[in-house]
Amino acid sequence: MMNRLLYSLLQTGLFVFIAPLFVGIVKMFKCWLQNRSAPSVFQCYRDLRKLFHKQTILAHHASWIFRFAPYLIFSITALIASAIPFIVSPSQTVGFTDVILIAGLFGLSRFFLALAALDIGTSFGGMGASREMTVATLAEPALMIAFFSLAMMASSTRLDIITTYLSTHSLWFNPSMLFVALAFAMIAVAETGRIPVDNPATHLELTMIHEAMILEYSGRHLALIEWAAQIKLLIYTILFANLFLPFPLINQLSLSAIGLNGGIVIIKCLLLAWVLVLAETHLAKLRLFRVPLLLNMAFLLCLLGLLIHVIAEVA
Amino acid sequence: MIFYAILLTPLLGIILFSFIRKARWAVSINLFISTVNFIAMILLLMRWQTTPSFFILHAHEQLYLDALGLIGWTLTTFIGMTTALFSYGYMLQNLQERRITLKRLQLYHLFYQSFIFSLLIAFSANNIGLLWVAIEGATLATVLLVSLYRTPEAIEAAWKYFIICIVGIALALFGTILIYFAAQTSLDPSHAILWNALALHAKTLNPSIMILAFVFLFVGYGTKAGLVPFHFWLPDAYSESPGPVAALLSGLLLNVALYALLRFQILTNLSLQNGLANHLMIVFGLLSFVFASLTLHHQQNIKRMFSYSSIEHVGIMTFAFGLGNAVAILSGLFYLIIHALIKSAIFTTVGNVMHLTHTQKIEKIRGLLKLNPWVGWLLIVALFAIAGAPPFGLFIGEVGVFLATLQTDPYLAIILGLGFLVVFAALLRYMQSMALGNPDKTAYPTPPIAKINLVPAGLHLLIVLILGLYIPSFFMQILKQAASLFIGQ
Amino acid sequence: MNANAIQLLLSALLLLTTFILLIQRRIDSMIYTYAWQSAFLSLATLAASFITPYQWDLFFSALLIFALKVIFIPWFLRYLSHRLSSKNPSDNATSLVARPFLLSMIASALVLFSYNLTHSLRTSTQLFSSNAIAIALSIILLGMLLIITHRKAVSHALGFMVIENGIFFAALILTRGMPMKIELGIAFDVLVAIILFGVFFFHLNTSIDSLDVDSLNRLREGTEL
Repeated sequence: MMNRLLYSLLQTGLFVFIAPLFVGIVKMFKCWLQNRSAPSVFQCYRDLRKLFHKQTILAHHASWIFRFAPYLIFSITALIASAIPFIVSPSQTVGFTDVILIAGLFGLSRFFLALAALDIGTSFGGMGASREMTVATLAEPALMIAFFSLAMMASSTRLDIITTYLSTHSLWFNPSMLFVALAFAMIAVAETGRIPVDNPATHLELTMIHEAMILEYSGRHLALIEWAAQIKLLIYTILFANLFLPFPLINQLSLSAIGLNGGIVIIKCLLLAWVLVLAETHLAKLRLFRVPLLLNMAFLLCLLGLLIHVIAEVA
Repeated sequence: MIFYAILLTPLLGIILFSFIRKARWAVSINLFISTVNFIAMILLLMRWQTTPSFFILHAHEQLYLDALGLIGWTLTTFIGMTTALFSYGYMLQNLQERRITLKRLQLYHLFYQSFIFSLLIAFSANNIGLLWVAIEGATLATVLLVSLYRTPEAIEAAWKYFIICIVGIALALFGTILIYFAAQTSLDPSHAILWNALALHAKTLNPSIMILAFVFLFVGYGTKAGLVPFHFWLPDAYSESPGPVAALLSGLLLNVALYALLRFQILTNLSLQNGLANHLMIVFGLLSFVFASLTLHHQQNIKRMFSYSSIEHVGIMTFAFGLGNAVAILSGLFYLIIHALIKSAIFTTVGNVMHLTHTQKIEKIRGLLKLNPWVGWLLIVALFAIAGAPPFGLFIGEVGVFLATLQTDPYLAIILGLGFLVVFAALLRYMQSMALGNPDKTAYPTPPIAKINLVPAGLHLLIVLILGLYIPSFFMQILKQAASLFIGQ
Repeated sequence: MNANAIQLLLSALLLLTTFILLIQRRIDSMIYTYAWQSAFLSLATLAASFITPYQWDLFFSALLIFALKVIFIPWFLRYLSHRLSSKNPSDNATSLVARPFLLSMIASALVLFSYNLTHSLRTSTQLFSSNAIAIALSIILLGMLLIITHRKAVSHALGFMVIENGIFFAALILTRGMPMKIELGIAFDVLVAIILFGVFFFHLNTSIDSLDVDSLNRLREGTEL
C-alpha cells in the first residue's frame, strides 16, 4: 500500500512537472512547421519562474474568490492528473479514478475560473466567462457521453477498470471506438482552448476566450493558472494516448514495466503533439458561432459510437 | 444457334451504326435489323413449338430462356420491329423539321439497338448479376433517348429519369448482392448467382436475408417499373421523349422491370413460404392503381395522361402477380403482353396526333376524326382497348384479375371494380373531347400523315383484337409454362 | 493487428468520410472527400485480397477502383465543375444543408437504423462482418440522403458514386466481391453513368444556365405547354 502511494505521488509529481515541457515541445513543433526558429523547449519553465518572482497586483474590487481561485484551480488540476493513467497502470496505484468525478472536477475548476473572471467586473472578464461557459455547456455533455461509451464497453465508470479492459480487449479498430476517439479529440481541442475553438497565442479581443478570463491576473496567480492550463493539455493528451491508441499500459508494478510504459507514452504524446500542431496549422479558427456546430458534431459522434457499440458489439 | 442469332443481331446493329452517317440508310438498316431479329424470333418460337422444351441453357449456364423469358423476347423483338417501322418515317420527318440533327439521329439508332440488346440479355440472363447489368444498361441507353430533342423540358425529364432510376437500380444491386450472400452457405460461389440454381435450392437460403433482399429488389426494380411512391420520373420521361422512344419505354422498359421483379418474387416465395413478397406486391400494386386512376382525371397533357395510365396498368399487373393463384398469374401474364402491345400502339398514335396538331395539350386537340380519320379511329380504338372494353384482349385480362381477386380477397375486388370504372370514365371523356367535335381551324395547317406511320399501331391493335376473341393453343401453352414457374412445378 | 482489424478500421473510415461528405458545402472539398473514401475502399479491397491469397480478382478490383474512383472520377468531376461554373462552386443552402447538425442527426438516425436492420442477419458472430454490413447499408442510405438534400448536379453525381461505393463495400464483405464478369459489368455501367453525368452537366448548363437542380421546375403536374 505504501509502495502504491509512493508511486502515485511520484507519478503525479512527474506529471505536474513535465506539463510545461510538453507545451514547450508543442510550440517548438509549431515553429518548425511554420518555418520559424523555435524558442527553447524549456521556455515555459522560464516564463513560470519569471511570473512567480513578479509582484502580484490585485484590483481594488477583488474579493477572496479572485485570490483563492488560482490555488484551487491548480490543485484541482493536479488532483485530476493524479487520477488518470499516466505511466503506472492505474490499477497499481491508489486513487479514486471515476470518470464522472473527473468530469465533475473539470467543471468545478472551470466554475471557479469563470467566477474569478466575473469578480473584478471588467468587461473582458465577463465576456470571456460567458464564452467559456457557452463552450463548456456543449463540451461537457459530449465529454460525459464519450466517457460513458468507454464505461459501457468496460461495464464500469472507474478509469482503472476501463484501462485494464481496453488493454485486454483490443477494441481500437472498432467503428464505435473510432467515433468516440474522434469526438474525444474534438472535445479535447475545445476544452483546452486550442485552434479551431480558441487561440492560446493571441489576445485578440474579439475572439479570445480563455485569455479574456485571466486578463486581470498577474504574478504567481497568473503562473498557477497558466501552469494549470498546461497540465490540462497534458491530461487530455495522456487520456487520449492511453485510452484510444493501441499499445496500452502494461499492468505491472515493476520498474521495467514503468520504464516501457513511459517510453510508449512519450512516443504517443510526441505523435499527438505533431497531430495537434498539424491541425492547428492547417485549420483556421472557427467563428464563435460555428463552435457549437463542432461540439454538437462531437456529441453526435459520441452518441453514435455508443449506440453502435450497444447494437452491434454487445451480444 | 438461333438463340445466338437473335441475341447478336442488335449487337451487329450497334457496330453498324457507329459507321453509318446517311439518314435514309440508317433508318432503313434499323428497320432491317429489327425485322431480321423478329424473323429469327419466329424461327425460335417454331422450334419451341415442335420440341416443347422447358428451358434453354447457354453460355456456361449464364444465359437461360424459359417461357417467361420467351414472352419477353417475343415482345421485345416484335415491338422493336414495329417501333423501328414507325421511327422510319417519324425520324425522317423530325430531321426535316430540324428537331434533331444528323448526329443525334446516329445516336438515336445506336442507343435504340443497345436498348434492344440490353433487353434481350435481361430477359435471358440466368445470372442475376447479369440481369442487373442488363437492366442498368437499358436505363443508361434510354436516358439520352429521352432528352433527344434537347429542349429544357426534355433535359429536365431525362435528368429526373436518370437520377431516380440509377439510384433505384443501385438498391436493386444491393438486393442482388444480398441474395448472392444468402446462397453462399448452401451453394458453391459459381452457382450462388445463377437463378435456376437458386430456385432449385431456394429453401436453403437464409430467410432473414431474403426478406431484406426482396425489399431492396422491390424498391429498386419497382422504381424502374413506376410503382407509385417511386413513380415521379415516369410521366416526365414519357411525355418529353420522342414518340418511338415513349413507345419503347412504355412497351418494353416497363416490362423488363416487372420481369425482374417477378423473377425475385418467385425466388422469395420459394424461399420464405410466407407470402411476404406477395403482400408487398398487392399493397403497392393496388396503391399504384388507385393513385394513378384518380390522377388520370385531371390531366392536361395527352402523353402525361397515358403515362399515368401506364402506372395504373403496372399497378394492376403487380397486384395480379401478388395475388399468386393460378388464375391471377395467368391473367397477369396475358395482361402484360396485351398492355405492352396497346401502350406502344398508343404512343405511336400519339406521335401521329402531335404531328397533326402540333400540341400535347388535350384541350387543344379537337376533332381528330375530321382532321385525319385514320389517326382518329386509331386513337379511338386504342383508347377503348386500353380502357378494357370487351372485344379487346385487355378485357379478358381484367376479368381474369377481377375473378382471381373475388376468389381470394372479395373486399379488394370492390376497389378494383370501382377503379376500372373510374379509369373507363376518364378515358371515355378524353376520347370524346379529342376525337369528336370540330377541329380548331385557326391553328396550324395539318400536314399529311404517311400511311406507313399508321401501320405499327394498326398491327398491334389487330393482334390485341384477335387475342381478345381467340387465344391460340400454342400461346396458351407458353403462358401456362410461364405461370407454372410461379406456382412451383 | 490483423487483416480483419484493418478492414474494420477502414469500414469505420468509410462511414466517417460519408458523414464528412454529407455536411460539406463546397463542391471541391466534397470531391476530395469522395476520393479519400474511394481510396479507403480500394485499401479495404486490397486487404481482403490478402486474406484470401488465391483471389487475384480482388487485387485486380482494388487496382480498378483506384484507377477509376480515386483518380479518374474525381478528376473528371472537378474538371467539369470548374469548367462549367465560373465562381468557386459550392452547394447553395437549402434548409437542410444550411443546418449541418440537423443533417448529421438525420444521418446518425439512418446509421442506427441500418445497424438495427442488419442486426438480425448476422450469420456469423464475427464482429467485423456485422459491423461492416451495417456500415455498407448506412453508406448507401447516406448517399441517398446526400442526393435528397443537396441541390447541385455535381453533388447528385457524388451521391450516386457514394451509393455505388457502399454497394461495392457490401459485396466485398458479404461475398468477397461479385464474380469477376459481373464486377466488370458493374464497373462499365458506372463508367457510362459518370460519362452520362458529364453529358448532363453540359446539357443542364446550356439549358438552365447553372448546375442547380432547383431550377429544374418546368415539369409539374398540370403544367401548361
